[in-house]
Amino acid sequence: MNKETLDQWIERLFDQDRRATAKLISWVEDDIERAYIMRSVLKQTGHRMVVGITGPPGSGKSSLVEALTKLYRDNDERVGIVAVDPSSPYSGGAILGDRIRMQAHGTDRNVFIRSMGTRGHLGGVTRSTADIVRLLEGAGYGRLLLETVGVGQSELEIMQIADTVVVVLNPGAGDGIQAIKAGIMEVADIFVINKSDLPGAERMKGDIEMMLNLSCGKTWRPPVVLTSVTDNKGLELLYDKIEAHQAYLLESGQRDQQRKERLHQEVWRLWEDKALDAFEIMWEATSGKLVNIDQEDPYEVAQRLWQERFKGG
Amino acid sequence: MSNNFLSWKAKYDAQKERKGPFFTVSSVPIDPLYAPGHTADIDYERDLGNPGEYPYTRGVQPNMYRGRLWTMRMFAGFATATETNARYKYLLKQGQTGLSVAFDMPTIMGYDSDHPRAYGEVGRVGVAIDSLQDMETLFQDIPLDQVSTSMTINAPASILWAMYIVAAEKQGVPAHKLTGTIQNDILKEYIAQKSWIFPPDPSMRLITDIFKYAKDNVPKWNSISISGYHIREAGSTALQELAFTLADGFAYVEAGIKAGLDVDDFAPRLSFFFNSHTDFFEEIAKLRAARRIWARHMKEIYHAKNEKSLLLRFHTQTAGCSLTGPQMENNIVRTAYQAMAAVLGGTQSLHTNSMDEVLALPSEKSVQIALRTQQVLAYETGVTNTIDPLAGSYFVETLTNQMEEGAEEYFRKIDEFGGVLGAIRENFFQQEIADAAYRYQKEIESKDRIIVGINGFVNEKKDDKMDLLKIDPEVERAQVRKLTALKQSRDNIRVQTTLTDLKETAQGTDNLIPKIMDAVRAYATEGEIIAVLKDVFGEYREQAVF
Amino acid sequence: MKKTRIRVLVGKPGLDGHDRGAKVIARALRDAGMEVIYSGLHQTPEQLVEAAIQEDVDLIGVSVLSGAHMTIFPRIKELLKEQNAKDILLMGGGTIPEEDIATLIENGSVEALFTPGATTTEIVSWIEEKLSLSKGDVV
Repeated sequence: MNKETLDQWIERLFDQDRRATAKLISWVEDDIERAYIMRSVLKQTGHRMVVGITGPPGSGKSSLVEALTKLYRDNDERVGIVAVDPSSPYSGGAILGDRIRMQAHGTDRNVFIRSMGTRGHLGGVTRSTADIVRLLEGAGYGRLLLETVGVGQSELEIMQIADTVVVVLNPGAGDGIQAIKAGIMEVADIFVINKSDLPGAERMKGDIEMMLNLSCGKTWRPPVVLTSVTDNKGLELLYDKIEAHQAYLLESGQRDQQRKERLHQEVWRLWEDKALDAFEIMWEATSGKLVNIDQEDPYEVAQRLWQERFKGG
Repeated sequence: MSNNFLSWKAKYDAQKERKGPFFTVSSVPIDPLYAPGHTADIDYERDLGNPGEYPYTRGVQPNMYRGRLWTMRMFAGFATATETNARYKYLLKQGQTGLSVAFDMPTIMGYDSDHPRAYGEVGRVGVAIDSLQDMETLFQDIPLDQVSTSMTINAPASILWAMYIVAAEKQGVPAHKLTGTIQNDILKEYIAQKSWIFPPDPSMRLITDIFKYAKDNVPKWNSISISGYHIREAGSTALQELAFTLADGFAYVEAGIKAGLDVDDFAPRLSFFFNSHTDFFEEIAKLRAARRIWARHMKEIYHAKNEKSLLLRFHTQTAGCSLTGPQMENNIVRTAYQAMAAVLGGTQSLHTNSMDEVLALPSEKSVQIALRTQQVLAYETGVTNTIDPLAGSYFVETLTNQMEEGAEEYFRKIDEFGGVLGAIRENFFQQEIADAAYRYQKEIESKDRIIVGINGFVNEKKDDKMDLLKIDPEVERAQVRKLTALKQSRDNIRVQTTLTDLKETAQGTDNLIPKIMDAVRAYATEGEIIAVLKDVFGEYREQAVF
Repeated sequence: MKKTRIRVLVGKPGLDGHDRGAKVIARALRDAGMEVIYSGLHQTPEQLVEAAIQEDVDLIGVSVLSGAHMTIFPRIKELLKEQNAKDILLMGGGTIPEEDIATLIENGSVEALFTPGATTTEIVSWIEEKLSLSKGDVV
């Protein structure tokens, strides 16, 4: 595709054309003209904050996303949602089922839901999630929601994309302990105990509050919100807490700080990609020399070839 | 194992075995031979009992088919009440002995025919019933004190049942004379069939309200038909069908007791509905095991005193999912074997699928063949001459024992989830069924399992064209016109009053059935009644598992 | 440049809950390396088409067992046209009589229909072949 056509597609995205938005997301995800597209889009985006929703599978993340979307829609705000599900490590395929629980907005043209497979990327999101959120912003979706895979562990990358991280847990079933073990306690800006109609919700809230008492020194103390999507409880409180956190980010200057850090990380990641590409080419040229590999010590071989390639250390 | 058996085994192993694999339709491996050693632990009195005696492995009545044949009950319904009424009269004239109502999807899901969601589906897979008026037409000139009627309806069962009772009332038939069954089994909807409306708690309340109302007012009615049929159709194994269905049954018993009923007040009116698939002996074993497990649990765990509470009575339908599109006539043969398994398993009533049901609603001709299949079975094959002829078979008794053991294992797993509702919430059943369905499909594709006409013995030549029943789109328009006219002609103030009344009751805890009947009498539509209840109860959301 | 992954929307229009076929297909397509967006039960044609557009799928696969195939398939096609998304293909499965299949294929309401007995392998190869022919280089 020539640049002119691509520019037209990008123009259509800014005109809030849903087809163009969807197509550009696919191209960025598939690494087709990604840099070109993102350079056009990033110039005009980055202003809206992203709410990330994470937590173990079955904790009700999608239902919460749907419920929050409803509240935003009541204010006539447009909502962009990215929902990430795991890809199969065997086939690379995926079944992405988050839309099922977001049906209420299935034909609302002011809500855009995009499902993504992790495609081998760990960390609860995908390689292009951050960019895709910005594409949605460019297409005029002012409220940005990101739902992670929810494997419970290694979901830390959400911190690099979301401004407000909501960790969703359920009463009972040792969720609280799992959360501590998985290290998702540290990422939370807000805790949600969803399905709080089930027994044990209050006790779990107590447990989390107690742990928060131990971790001192932070200026923002994560609130613990009890919700029940089925009984329509606690959702407005969650909405308010998200607003409060975002106001805090702005007032405390943390938002600017965060943005700088993220730009660093982003540059690092792009370097990483480039380095990896270059490295693959080098490797192809080198790996032919490994004929007697089964008779050699891999440490020694690695060292020798590296020295040959880089003339030193 | 005896020496005798071992020496046979040595000879067997020395010979060639044809390419298997030798497993049931549920992928359970089967031995080449069963012998006395397999059944040595069986105690006749304890484990089998005579027919009509605990634990009822051999049948629920002392005389079984020597007394009365099973009820030949063909599931039917299509288009409008007028067309279906004509089909019922035809079936009764052909010698059918009970009616079975198939409703269309909008009726099953609680939408009136004029709802946008009903578009294109009115009268398609069953009959469209919007109000009492349609129910009256459906049974016009069919004396409801003389036929028993089964209604396949679940989430909105209370409403359709109320319509039936009021329609009978208008014929001059009092409720206590009515016989029949409503399916009313919401748990299997969450597990497999997915025609739910409300969340589990209010759904269970509606069911126990029906139990209570039936006990006092419609005592000969089977207030629930706990169904494995749909669990099987969704892809489960025979064992899963058995275990999940009985687990549902126990959950209803517990719900009834929790609602303040004595177990013997309602357990005698619980009935069951099983699938009969193509694996002959596995199906027979499943049905025999079902009776035994139910009796044992009802007696030992729920302490039922009335003998009738221990009896597992059931309807059977041959397996719709076993039918093939290509070489459709082969379905007649499959259905015949399946029907025979159901009868050897001791069914109380039977529906045999028509060969063309894989592609459309059955034509009159194919329904006749299906009904004749049952008649040949009853009058020509001789399988009805003696009761439970397969008892004592080393193989069948072994399979029966395995079924019981496997089911008990599943009950333990379900208990770990805190019971059926907990297991539904955690998608336990759904995952088990999805895995079994996928495995079955893979077996067909790898040709480990041969299905005639599908992956083996495929005809080069295209099948002859079949005459299939077509539903004229005019049916939908006619039904909508009828509904519009009704909404104009009825007393709309009375409709509003009864609906408001119903809403208040729904917010409280009183029995809902009398209020639903008032609304039905005022010709409130099914959709209007459901809308009121949805307002109070909310709606259930899908949990998809792959 | 090539798209790296085939994306398919698998949906279940109509009021019935018979999703065994749709789910087996979803799983088989995933195992063949495709990304399957599963829409869930009781979808209207409007919901399906909107999802297909947002998800930028190459193909919609729907399973119809309610007898409503003669209204559902043409309606989905019509909506795709209205949304300028004619390039999204439509395939279906379910209890659909031979003559209705012929009609639907001939009048362009659907690209392919599979009836009970079709294997997942057959469906996967149809998709792969069809998409490599019709797409090739997408950019």
